[in-house]
This record gives sequence, C-alpha cells and structure tokens, in this order.
Amino acid sequence: MIAFWVLGAIVVASAVWTIAAKKPVYSVVALLVNFATLAVLYVTLSAEFLAVMQIIVYSGAILVLFVFVIALLSSGVAPFSAGPNRMPNAAAPAIIIVLTALGFLAYAAMHAPAVAPGSVHTTSAIGPVGAAGIFGSVADFGKALFTVQLLPFEITALILMVAVIGVVALAGDQRPYVPTRKHALEVERDVREAILRGGE
Amino acid sequence: MMVPLWLIVLVKSAVLLLVVVTTFAYAMLAERKVLGWMQLRPGPNRVGPWGLMQPAADAAKLMLKEDLTPKTADPLIYRLAPFISLLTAFSVYAIIPFGSSSSGTWAIGNVNAGILLILAITSIGVYGISLGGWASGSKYPLLGSVRATAQMISYELAMSLSFIGVLILAGTTSLDGIVNAQVRWWFFVPQFFGCIIYIITAVAETNRTPFDLVEAETELVAGFHTEYSGLRFGLFFIAEYVNMLTVSCIATLLFFGGWNAPLGLTLIPGVVWFVAKVAMFMFFYMWLRATLPRLRYDRLMAFGWKVLLPLATLNLVVTAIVVAFRG
Repeated sequence: MIAFWVLGAIVVASAVWTIAAKKPVYSVVALLVNFATLAVLYVTLSAEFLAVMQIIVYSGAILVLFVFVIALLSSGVAPFSAGPNRMPNAAAPAIIIVLTALGFLAYAAMHAPAVAPGSVHTTSAIGPVGAAGIFGSVADFGKALFTVQLLPFEITALILMVAVIGVVALAGDQRPYVPTRKHALEVERDVREAILRGGE
Repeated sequence: MMVPLWLIVLVKSAVLLLVVVTTFAYAMLAERKVLGWMQLRPGPNRVGPWGLMQPAADAAKLMLKEDLTPKTADPLIYRLAPFISLLTAFSVYAIIPFGSSSSGTWAIGNVNAGILLILAITSIGVYGISLGGWASGSKYPLLGSVRATAQMISYELAMSLSFIGVLILAGTTSLDGIVNAQVRWWFFVPQFFGCIIYIITAVAETNRTPFDLVEAETELVAGFHTEYSGLRFGLFFIAEYVNMLTVSCIATLLFFGGWNAPLGLTLIPGVVWFVAKVAMFMFFYMWLRATLPRLRYDRLMAFGWKVLLPLATLNLVVTAIVVAFRG
C-alpha cells in the first residue's frame, strides 16, 4: 500500500512535470520517469507482461523517437515561448469535465460489488511474480491474445499495417541516394567540369 | 534464524556489483593486451607486473581529471545522461543467472519474464547516449547520438526476433528455464541462424567495431561523448564494457547452454563453464575490433533493415513451423 502511494505520487508528479516543463527535452525525461513508474505499478499488480511491454514499447521505442525528433529539430535548447494566456477560457470547462469524471468514478467505486479482504490475490513487489496461472503472466497473456482476443489482435495488426503503408505512400517515391560506382563517377565528372568552367 | 529477504538481495547485489566492476576493469586491460598482440606490439606493460595495475591507474587518472561542462550544454541532462547509461547497464545483472546448485539458481532475482525484462532494460540504455549527445550542445556529439539512436532501434528489432526462436524452442521466457531446456542440445545447433543474427546485432547494440559509427573518430571526433571528460566520460566507458559483458552473458544463456557443461564434463562446476563461455565471447568481440574495418553508415542501416530483419523473420517463421509440426 505504501508502495502504491509513493509510486502514485511519482506518476502524478512526473505527469505534471511533463506538461509544465519549459524545454521539450525535460518533458521527454519526465515522461520517461512516468512510463517507468507506471511499469513498476503494473508489476505490483502482478501484470508483469504489461509492465515489460510498457517499457519496451513506450519507453524503449516511442519515446526514443521523440528524443530523435527533438535532437534533429534542435528546438530542445530554446524554451517554449509563452503564448497568450488561454487559461481563463479553458478553466471552467476543464474543471466541469474533471469533476464529472471523478463523480462517475466515485459512483462506480461505491456501487462496485464488495470484495472480501483476503480473497484477493496479492503479491508483493519482491515476491514471485508472473508464475503461470496468475493474472498477467506471460503465458496467460499470450494464450488470451491468441484465443479469446484473436480478432481484435488481428484487426490491430491490420490497422498498423495500413499506417505503415500510408507512411510509405506519403513519403512518396523519392528516389533514394544510391551510392554506386557509376553515380560516384558522374558526380566526380560534374565537379571536374564545374571546376574547369570556373577556371575559364 | 531466518535472514530477511532484503538483506540477501542487498548482499548479493553488492557482491555482484564488485564482480562486474572488476570484470570490467580487467576486460578493458585484456582488450588492450589482445589488440596489442594482434597488432604485434606489447600493449600496456608499465604499471605493475604485466600491466596488471593499469586499470587502477586509469581509474585514478579519470577521477582526478577536470569535469568539464560546455557553455552550450544543458547542465541537468548533460550530468544525468552518463548515469542513465550506467544504471541500465548494471541493473540487467539483477536478473541474469550465473549458475545453478541444489539450493537454487545463482541470481539476485529470478523473474519469470526474464528475457523480456532484459530487453526492456537494455532498450532504456539508448537514452544515456541520445540525451548525452544532445545535451552536449555541440555538433559532433549530436550527430553521434542521432546515429546511435537510429542504429540501436533498428538492430533491436532483429535482435528481439532472434530471441523469439529460442523462446519457442524453450517454451518459457525465464532465463533458467531456457538454460534448463538446453541440457541435451545447446540452442546454437537448432537456432544456428538465430545465433548468428544475435551475435551480429549484439555488436551493433553495444556500438562496437565494425558498427561503431556512433564514435567514428575519422568523422565525429569521439561521437556522443566528445564533450565529456573525467569521471563522467569514465561512466560512459564503464557502461560500454558492461553492456559488452551483458550481451556476452545473454549469448551464453540463450545459445550456448548457460552453465551446462559440454561433453558431460560435469566435474567442473557450472559457473566456471559460464564464465569460460562469456570470456570466449568477450575475446570474440576484441578479435572483431582488431580485424574488421568500420562500415559506412547507409550500408549499416541497409544491412540491418534489408538483410538482418528479413532473415530473422524467416528464421522465426521456419522455427515456428517446425515446432508446430513436431509438436
């Protein structure tokens, strides 16, 4: 329980830091902390496969691309310029939406079927996590993915494939630079001619 | 008397940390010696007998050097980056098993999703390089870190795919389960292509020759760590060697039977075999460095995406089909 509150505090704090940071790179680092802590939270809930995937997919791949883009655009050095203050317009709707959502949550929590203490399977962060037969283990996750949830899984795969093809189509038929010997000779000839022309 | 679990974990971690750091120090010396011999020169031989005190001298030198931060650097990220590299490099050892005895597996933590967790932790390691290169606020480190990021992400795919063949054969993701599945056949026999692909991608993942485009001296001075000096440079350096050790350990665990003795030579304890196999891989990396020239960057990427990835996929599909039909 203590672990939950500590981790929860870190998750919320890093999330706030992500949107409040002045430099994009700080946002990325905060988001990295957020993802990592979230993964630890998953482990304490004995959803170890989800935890590992959280790190591999989000921290290890997607966030790296953020860093990549920031590094290439080199906008990471300069802090964001502050725009006009839009807080007054956004505050009221935002507060209403948040309160409504919290209300629904509280309602659902209060009317949820009571769970007898001790009947819930609890594992500590250090104890054996993810043995077969426990919710969230690799074996059970895989089994569910390829039997009960096969259709959503396949549809997701198809959607991702569409996205990949879309990107290739959007990037266009730009002929890539192919460094062949012939090409190199052509470039060399062009350069030599340019030098000769310059000399005249 | 029952010893509390946290104390056991703490002591194990401390011992392992000591072992890994010592191994790093002498792996570095061994690399310089081996490179020296391969190039017909003696290598380090001044500090102590046979140069054995060289690592201590290097450590003292790095610690006493000035820790510079460039004016253009982003101070926080610049200081943070080496620690990300080092932390991820070391934390992998929390789940790597080194041997097995009647009292259990020799590891700090025995995780069921072991191999996946290793992938997860090592995939964080790229941040040390990419953030460090970016935060230096200078052009060569930036180019080096962009190269590193692209290279490590690209080769991670083929690497993961080469793991999956082993996972299918072993039927488990836990590392000691994988080793126990190799009692009869080491997996480099049925997974020969997977093994080759893994070894190639492992060299690329650790940014070593012939894939060390990240720190190509002829183009980028020293790549992502050009601006780093003193102890912070030392941390990156340690991380590189520890990563090398890690990929050697993984290769041993996944493809070369871990602590299983070859030819039934069980008289020698398993942990000795493990160390011997890891040492063999380390030597192989040094050998590669002394032998091969650096690849060109576009060829490196083309090789990763157009050769290794399709081959790894093919290997995976064939393995899956064979296992499915043989039951």
